[in-house]
Amino acid sequence: MAIWEVFRQERKGQPLQHAGSVVAPDERFADWYAREQYGRRGESVALWVVPREAVHTIEDFVDELHRNYHRVDGYPLKEKLKEARERAGTTASRDR
Amino acid sequence: MSERAQLLLAIADDELVLGWRDSEWTGIAPFLEEDVAFSSIAQNEIGHARALYELAARDLGTTADELAFDRKPEEYRCAQLVELRLPDWERTIARHYLYEAADADRLGRLKASDDEELAGLAAKIDREEVYHRMHAEMWFDRLKDEPRFATALDELRPLAAAISDPGLRNGHTPELAELWEVMTEVRRSQPAGTTW
Repeated sequence: MAIWEVFRQERKGQPLQHAGSVVAPDERFADWYAREQYGRRGESVALWVVPREAVHTIEDFVDELHRNYHRVDGYPLKEKLKEARERAGTTASRDR
Repeated sequence: MSERAQLLLAIADDELVLGWRDSEWTGIAPFLEEDVAFSSIAQNEIGHARALYELAARDLGTTADELAFDRKPEEYRCAQLVELRLPDWERTIARHYLYEAADADRLGRLKASDDEELAGLAAKIDREEVYHRMHAEMWFDRLKDEPRFATALDELRPLAAAISDPGLRNGHTPELAELWEVMTEVRRSQPAGTTW
């Protein structure tokens, strides 16, 4: 028996998202069980059934130097601007 | 009774009784995914029985429930193959395989029938049966080299012909009456003053 990961697409054009997994003796059984568990109530328009061994897991994301400008959420300009202004002895102009 | 009603009842009884027998695996199938799968197949069969009983009930001026549960065991028209209690997986799968093959044959003929209502219902049922056949065939391929499975197929094969040809049906096994007791127990227990 092996584990297959099942991804499902709810509507055409949407991304496939992980739905869960099935345990099955081979690929045909995996497909049948996936259809049964994730498709037969009209909740999916497509499934991907992928052997778990085919999935590569990556969990190490090294950022030793805290280069947070690589992150979409993470470059706090406001703080840096405030520090710079303090050093320069100016303040933000209020009429902008 | 019209020939059409007789045929509808023969098929509906097969589906109801087989659905019941298959549902006996719920909770005890060889592994969990298969438990869900086989229970779902059982439920589909009972759903097909319901649709067929409804059509027959209209012809006969009664209801699907009355046809399903209020007849005596000897009035049922099911084939012996579906009546058997088969508490071992290889025989259950052998029956499943033989039944699905015969049922495909039967549905194929109904779909080609001049009776549009019957042909339409057969087509609808067949769209679900496709997946039952797929399931039966993958189990067949998996078990085909097991001697116990081969023995089970040999044992049950002579009973399969009566599925596609109701003319070959001749009496019931004692197992049908035992099943009927359980299957109709709740309905027969109807407390005074209630209606189902």
